[in-house]
Amino acid sequence: MNKIIETKQLTKTFYLGDIAVHALRGIDLSVEPGELVAIMGSSGSGKSTLMNLLGCLDQPTSGDYFLDGINVNSLKKDEYAEIRNHKIGFVFQGFNLLPRTSALENVELPLFYDRTLRIKNPKQAAIDALARVSLAERMDHEPNQLSGGEQQRVAIARALVNQPAIILADEPTGNLDSRTSVDVISVFQELNDQGITIVMVTHEPDLIPYAKRVIEMRDGIIRNDYLVEKRRRAKEDLAEMATLQEEV
Amino acid sequence: MLQFRNLIKASIKSILKNRMRSLLTSLGIIIGVGAVIVMVAIGEGASERIKNNIASLGTDLLMIRSGASRFGGVSRGVGSAVGFTFKDVDEIKERATTLKAISPLVRSAGQVIGGGNNWNTSIEGVNTDYQYIKSWEIGAGEFFTERDVRGRRKVCVLGHTVAKELFPNSNPIGERIRIRNTPFQVIGVLKEKGQSGMGQDQDDVILAPATTVLYRLKGGIYVDMIFVSAISTDKIYEAEQELTTVLREIRDVKPGDDDDFSIRNQAEITEMASSTTEVLTLLLGSIAAVSLLVGGIGIMNIMLVSVTERTREIGIRLSIGARERDILTQFLTESVLLSAIGGIIGILLAFLITYLLQTFTTLSTVIKLDIILIAFSFAAAVGIFFGFYPARKAAKLNPIEALRYE
Ligand SMILES: Nc1ncnc2c1ncn2[C@@H]1O[C@H](COP(=O)(O)OP(=O)(O)OP(=O)(O)O)[C@@H](O)[C@H]1O
Ligand SMILES: [Mg+2]
Repeated sequence: MNKIIETKQLTKTFYLGDIAVHALRGIDLSVEPGELVAIMGSSGSGKSTLMNLLGCLDQPTSGDYFLDGINVNSLKKDEYAEIRNHKIGFVFQGFNLLPRTSALENVELPLFYDRTLRIKNPKQAAIDALARVSLAERMDHEPNQLSGGEQQRVAIARALVNQPAIILADEPTGNLDSRTSVDVISVFQELNDQGITIVMVTHEPDLIPYAKRVIEMRDGIIRNDYLVEKRRRAKEDLAEMATLQEEV
Repeated sequence: MLQFRNLIKASIKSILKNRMRSLLTSLGIIIGVGAVIVMVAIGEGASERIKNNIASLGTDLLMIRSGASRFGGVSRGVGSAVGFTFKDVDEIKERATTLKAISPLVRSAGQVIGGGNNWNTSIEGVNTDYQYIKSWEIGAGEFFTERDVRGRRKVCVLGHTVAKELFPNSNPIGERIRIRNTPFQVIGVLKEKGQSGMGQDQDDVILAPATTVLYRLKGGIYVDMIFVSAISTDKIYEAEQELTTVLREIRDVKPGDDDDFSIRNQAEITEMASSTTEVLTLLLGSIAAVSLLVGGIGIMNIMLVSVTERTREIGIRLSIGARERDILTQFLTESVLLSAIGGIIGILLAFLITYLLQTFTTLSTVIKLDIILIAFSFAAAVGIFFGFYPARKAAKLNPIEALRYE
């Protein structure tokens, strides 16, 4: 089977003056289409560093990275940008939407930088992406008129709009309360059901049952990598929470 | 093409998002472009007027001054420049054959009281030929005569402005006025001439017999200048030659010594005047150009602030696939657009100001197309030049660090 992500002995070392910080010490990771991976690990274990490498926002110190069959390490700067544009949808902890810009325009933004023009009608594509996160009716709202959960949905729609090979999310629920977190995860689950591959970093053990596979990191290496046995549906839990709240 | 349209659209949007700041940023350019155009228009207006005056004045005029110094310059050698007397004027008149008219000029100035009003003006003591030399026409009454000059009579002819100021509602002819406390009788009023090329009111003058002005008003024995007209325009050079010979004889200048007087013709005078306005135009223009440059630095300053402020936005754009080039062009487009809009507003402003100057002041202005184009291109170039550094700074940002920026 074709792997979407394959890394070979990926390392990343930061230099702070004379001090070398080995953020990643050799990551061998492969992700196949349709997976929903949760990366766990204590603070400073290198999760964000890994995500930035996978998202082509940064280059590794050594090792190889194949994204959708392409050896990313051999690419030039502009090609890097193009990979980010075509293959990757990135979701951040802090949403990172453009302020004073409507949801629709935020979602349209990646298409603005797509020079292949493979998506014929950017506006329609953006509306469709917003519909997939159930926010079509809020497309004219600006970020400050949306709740945190809604903002993150817009960010997910933006990550979707380019039909990327994979969605990478670094602590997407880090700024959200637990109910809204489950809500965002339910969006991920739905997209995953539709065949979209997702890798997300999370700190919250509560969210593990919603993933298909868990990777635990410590000190820049993968310590544990296992499939989730007792999987849960976020949507069902949300419904349950709603009825519980009504009873109270 | 679509990309380009989007880029312009995005830039306009971002400019409009910060309306006030954009306006303040452009203000430097607006003022710069406006100032350049207005200043040069004023300078051009002045020199245009001088050029028109060359034609109207005629070119048979020569002016003689004592002293070897340049006209209008500082005179060298204090003792060397003995002035001209009335006797010199008579002698020139007698000897020279190439002259049609000759008049001394004795200059004075001061307060004039008459008709219950008073007015500060300049008094020119001249003889009868002066009317011809300067092509003064009489509007009412008459010009004074040879006899008035010989008799040092206290009569005078008022310029149009003076007549209007002293006798707004009555006929000045025959009235008595006091020039610096000396009583004069008004015997004529000159026809209106309007402004000179330098923007002076030529009608703000009183003409009186040279002898009267020198002996009764000013004192001393020397006249300030001698005006002559050559017999024809094409004899002007010969007239100058002859005058030089005659004057050297009269003044006993030894062969080989420099002239202790100077003769200037109208062409030289107007040339001098217009070169002064050219210098003026250049000076005004370059001061204004400096303000344009300062405006450019203002743009750079704001763009740098803007880049810092929008670091996160740049990070977001980079993270979703913007190339360096995209960021560079975006910021460059913004700064060029800012300065171009500023330039256009500046041009409109310049038109407004020159219109107001034209209508409400005595300045005349001429806006030339080339200066508009130069000012506008300069503004756009300023936008590119001063926008490039901030734009490059933005484009070179590292996406991760930019995203982490608070
Ligand atoms: N730009 C950088 N310069 C220097 N050191 C860095 C840089 N980025 C990360 N590090 C270091 O690399 C290590 C891994 O950081 P990373 O951000 O990947 O951790 P993390 O697992 O995402 O932690 P958290 O759960 O707190 O987000 C840390 O020790 C961190 O200090
Ligand atoms: Mg992290």
